Amino acid sequence: MSDESLVHVKDLKMHFPIRAGVLGRVVGAVKAVDGVTFDIIKGETLGLVGESGCGKTTAGRAILHLYRPTAGEVAFQGVDLAKETPESVRRSRRHMQMIFQDPYASLNPHMRVGEIIARPLRVHGLARNAREENDLVSELMRKVGLDASFRDRYPHEFSGGQRQRIGIARALATSPNFIVCDEPISALDVSIQAQIINLLEQLREDLGLTYLFIAHDLSMVRYISTRVGVMYLGKMMELTSSDELYENPLHPYTKALLSAIPIPDPALERQRQRILLEGELPSPADPPAGCRFSSRCPLAMDHCRIMEPQFREVAAGHWAACHLV
Amino acid sequence: MRYVIRRLFQSLIVVFGVSVVAFGMLFMTGDPTEVILRDAADHMTVEQIQEFRVKMGFDRPWYIQYASFVGNALQGNFGYSFIRHKPAYEVITERLPATIKLASFAFVLSLLVSIPLGVLSAIKVHKPLDHIATVLALAGQSIPSFWLGILLILFFGVHLKWLPISGSGTWQHIVMPGITLAAFPIARNMRLTRSSMLDFMQRDFVRTARAKGISESQVVYAHVLRNSLLPIVTAIGLELGFLLGGSVITETIFGWPGVGREIVSAIGSKDFYVVQAGVIMLALIFAAVNLLVDLAYSWIDPRIRYGA
Amino acid sequence: MTLVDRPPESEPVARFDELAAAQPTDARPQKNQLLSRFFRSKAAVISVFVLLLVLVAAAAAPWVAPNDPFAIKLIQRLKPPGYTSGADITFWLGTDSLGRDVFSRIIYGARVSLMVGLSAVVISGTVGLLVGLLSGYFGGRVDDVFMRICDIQLSFPTILLALTIMGVLGNGLDKLILVLGLTGWVQYGRIVRSQVLSIKNDEFVLAARATGERQWRILFQQILPNVWSPVIVIASFTVASNIVAEASLSFLGVGVPPSVPSWGTMLADGRQYIGIADWLTIPAGVAISLTVLSINILGDWLRDYLDPRLKNIV
Repeated sequence: MSDESLVHVKDLKMHFPIRAGVLGRVVGAVKAVDGVTFDIIKGETLGLVGESGCGKTTAGRAILHLYRPTAGEVAFQGVDLAKETPESVRRSRRHMQMIFQDPYASLNPHMRVGEIIARPLRVHGLARNAREENDLVSELMRKVGLDASFRDRYPHEFSGGQRQRIGIARALATSPNFIVCDEPISALDVSIQAQIINLLEQLREDLGLTYLFIAHDLSMVRYISTRVGVMYLGKMMELTSSDELYENPLHPYTKALLSAIPIPDPALERQRQRILLEGELPSPADPPAGCRFSSRCPLAMDHCRIMEPQFREVAAGHWAACHLV
Repeated sequence: MRYVIRRLFQSLIVVFGVSVVAFGMLFMTGDPTEVILRDAADHMTVEQIQEFRVKMGFDRPWYIQYASFVGNALQGNFGYSFIRHKPAYEVITERLPATIKLASFAFVLSLLVSIPLGVLSAIKVHKPLDHIATVLALAGQSIPSFWLGILLILFFGVHLKWLPISGSGTWQHIVMPGITLAAFPIARNMRLTRSSMLDFMQRDFVRTARAKGISESQVVYAHVLRNSLLPIVTAIGLELGFLLGGSVITETIFGWPGVGREIVSAIGSKDFYVVQAGVIMLALIFAAVNLLVDLAYSWIDPRIRYGA
Repeated sequence: MTLVDRPPESEPVARFDELAAAQPTDARPQKNQLLSRFFRSKAAVISVFVLLLVLVAAAAAPWVAPNDPFAIKLIQRLKPPGYTSGADITFWLGTDSLGRDVFSRIIYGARVSLMVGLSAVVISGTVGLLVGLLSGYFGGRVDDVFMRICDIQLSFPTILLALTIMGVLGNGLDKLILVLGLTGWVQYGRIVRSQVLSIKNDEFVLAARATGERQWRILFQQILPNVWSPVIVIASFTVASNIVAEASLSFLGVGVPPSVPSWGTMLADGRQYIGIADWLTIPAGVAISLTVLSINILGDWLRDYLDPRLKNIV
């Protein structure tokens, strides 16, 4: 673990029990996250991509200690939250926040927008009186590009993009140094997506933030991330700098994902060779033996189906989990 | 299948709960002896009261009393009626058919009247028929059933002398109590049918059906009615509770010889075991019917079977 | 508002930013529209008027009633209403079997009805709300126990349960309120619980946790405001049903003590003289019906205003 890493994740596992029968016995587990290890370096934007169900959202929430890790360790600024008292965890939450995917469900419909943004301030006692609180809320709203006079309106009176800004303002309220952005633009119109991304970028620069940016839109992720990690079925397949990943992908899964991104030039597009993945995504409760990807990988060998490849540094700053690399 | 098992299990718990509550009734004032002896205790000496207490077994710890209560109940022994000089069980079972007759009549009546009215109202929404029906329904839900019964007696029984005002025996005897009991369910079900149908008529799949060119009546009956029946069936399931509870009052007003009237008069004469037996009986019937309704329900709506 | 350096491809969108931030979109009626929506419904307005009348009668009974409702004067028993020919005008609605003024008793009866109706609802509503919140949010054992209690309690028809309990305990106003309150909480609990279940996994709750809010705070300050509407609607209908329940139980003799003027006891009295002294039966029934009707109309309006989706449930 280097001194610059803000978040250190080691062999994180999140297993959710499956209950069945009249008495609710545990008959299995959904292995949403099944052993991932990585660091998030201070000041970077780490993109985390993968298809739906690969565990990226769960991983993000586990990092913020919104779920208790089933196994493994998550350390924030050197401190393992699982070992701390609830009160200490509560206080640490000041420094790590989250922006959610659904602009409609992430704001309390019965609360005025100003109040939504003010709550974190109240929880951590960051404003000495009502006046100071008001000022802070106004400033936050301005920072995200909202008119402060709208503080008394309710969320349903705003558009999707504006609500996302409110969510961002709420996340910034406690001046955190780390923010997990859980697919913050997936639910927005394309034109608005660009605005929000730009806003996030600007805030990161101005406030010195570190992001974990979870998404499934690869082209957007490239634009905003310094490094990118690719997850599949609960495990990390590849992790490296943004440019390196897009120009020199090593893992077959990454290659398949990248080949699916359309290129604006129709001539080039027509010539391209797409890698099509066969088969269905296996159930996270019952992952394949050996390499998780072996059931769909076009390059799979027998060895891949028996022995799980280690996630290791195969080139400078470039990790991958594949026997072929 | 799993749902059936779960539901049966649930019913067992309910039966257990009923037994506990019925048993607990004896202890509501603290001392069961008091409840059973009622006014007779004024004429007894302390020793006689104590003797009575021991004889009835009220001095034993509560869990033993409960065990013997359940044991007796399973054999059909629910105590003795001091007023009628018969086992309480007999007193109740003799009167059960009458209550069932009245409740069934009211139930069928309510279905026959409320659903067609509700459908008609929905089809001719905002037209005069709808307005009148809605107002009547609102009134029907607001007028207390026992007053309605009294009014019916006053009008048809006393002034017009068309129908008998108490007792049972001929079909004329069941008309007024039946209408009285059915009034509230008719009103409520009619409004529910109407609003449920109106809700469905606006849905996209109905618009699609119309666009396909299906005749309006086909649309209404095949598409809308079928779907809107579901919330109505729920309400009907709950109706049983109302009918059984309402029968108490209706039977009393009309002198209908059912379980309800017996319970009320037993309360008046402080004939405890009859009250207890009556309550248990009605609660068990209610639970049984609910179970059947739920099972029928899960058969109609597959979503429930799979644990929504 | 400053728009900072952006990569070239999003230049055309720059103006969107300003436009978007400047215009909130209005979707649902705001709080100050309540009054204008209300006055548009004639039925609702009339109902409120009637209820205010009842309220005033109940509150100002000692000053509004022309005679003492408790005064027993056998010599003037069963006198016909004042408006009929040849009758005593002081007894506007006649007298009952003990010579008490019917009109005054109706006015005093409003007190009992409203008191029972409202108090019982306060009890059931509070208990139901609390239990529903805790059960829905924390789940687990508490929830299982709650659901079982619900099932058991719901397996008894409510009137029957209230009837037997009052029958064994004897009548009395306090007991009645308590019994009605404690038999009625289950319906609140259930609907609150289902509302809580449907929102407790919404992201704003998770966001509150991420901010560091404590569970209790989240439960009462974030979740509670979202479950109000069905509770209020049910509460309004329950006031009506409690009034009818009180009348029914008093009619059967197990509600309020017979000396207390209640619309139910008046009807019980009237029944004995049916055909002979109909002025004993009609006014009390009309009073109950009008009150309940008004409450139902208001309840309907309230439900449609707060959440029309409740139409098929409540």
